[in-house]
Amino acid sequence: MFRIDFNKLRFLVCDDNPHMRRILRTLLHSFGAREVYEAEDGATALEMYSHYVPDIVIADWAMPIFDGLELAQMIRQPDSKGNPYAPIIMLTGHSEKRRITMARDAGVTEFLAKPISAKGLYLRIMSVVAHPRPFIKTKNYFGPDRRRNTTVAYIGPERRNGGEAEVLQQPSLLDKARVTG
Amino acid sequence: MAKNKAPAPPKVQAFADHQVITPPNTLKHAIRRVIDRELDDPVARAEQALANLSGEFKTWMRSECDRLAAAHAAILKKGFDTHTRGELFRAAHDIKGDASTFGFPAAGVAAESLCRILEHAPDLDAVPPDLIQHHIDAIQAIVREHNTIEKAGVANELSARLRAVADDYLTLVNRDRPDHLEMISAPSIVPKE
Repeated sequence: MFRIDFNKLRFLVCDDNPHMRRILRTLLHSFGAREVYEAEDGATALEMYSHYVPDIVIADWAMPIFDGLELAQMIRQPDSKGNPYAPIIMLTGHSEKRRITMARDAGVTEFLAKPISAKGLYLRIMSVVAHPRPFIKTKNYFGPDRRRNTTVAYIGPERRNGGEAEVLQQPSLLDKARVTG
Repeated sequence: MAKNKAPAPPKVQAFADHQVITPPNTLKHAIRRVIDRELDDPVARAEQALANLSGEFKTWMRSECDRLAAAHAAILKKGFDTHTRGELFRAAHDIKGDASTFGFPAAGVAAESLCRILEHAPDLDAVPPDLIQHHIDAIQAIVREHNTIEKAGVANELSARLRAVADDYLTLVNRDRPDHLEMISAPSIVPKE
């Protein structure tokens, strides 16, 4: 059985809503985290990301200036001086399938639909810490491997050529989002 | 946490049209093996902390309602533009996301309905003003009269009726926009309680 030493992790929480930031801070501190930095918009979050070099980013989607999706795209710059690999957990009130696809294609690592729960947040953090995914760089994508399972029934075009896919079997982001908690 | 030395460079495998990059796992130092049934349960601890915070939720919900009302008042005064629409959407969207956590799930349903109008109506200036006003009023009433109408089931009924009216409207005005119709009718990924 494994546990996470949250006091060894540094978090950046980005949400324009002060109440949600308070809830996230409370949950993370209860888990044992000591270093939790907070930003109320995407621009501030990007600045804090460079300055504090967080281990994990938890970002809301809907925010002023630039939103959580744009923040993810800015962090996932393969040639940036900063760390483009930090896990990003998208926490959002959006509850449509297409949003998950958009988040995934922006390089988001995990997706957590509100209402938030302690268990849901803990499981997402456990997932990114214990099961980090390799990154894929293509002409138009840079981010965690989007393949979470394989199917022999797949008949669409292959988006990658030149190598056998090694897939870390995990539930899809959509399946995870559908599970309570 | 603070890194004392630079992490090892990522391992890169190059293929014809993509690279598979395996960065060093800089977080593995935070994983600890524990004996089974270790007494400490971080999730239970966090749930308790959230419960301790719940005394403030009603106040928070009221301030979210005030924010919603202010955003709506700005629209009544200035009309819809990128800024006023964004403020109203974010206020409603926050209530949609927070209301269940704060103990006002019916307010979240009404707020979601309002978000759908703001997101999928092709022309916000053509939306009947009453439709938006009724959503604002309903959310405020559900929060203000929480103790009385929630118990009587009125809050759920009110939210459900608003959602039905809003969906009928959105279906009508999007009849020539199949992409929006598909999104409007798509089921939510959030499980029902």
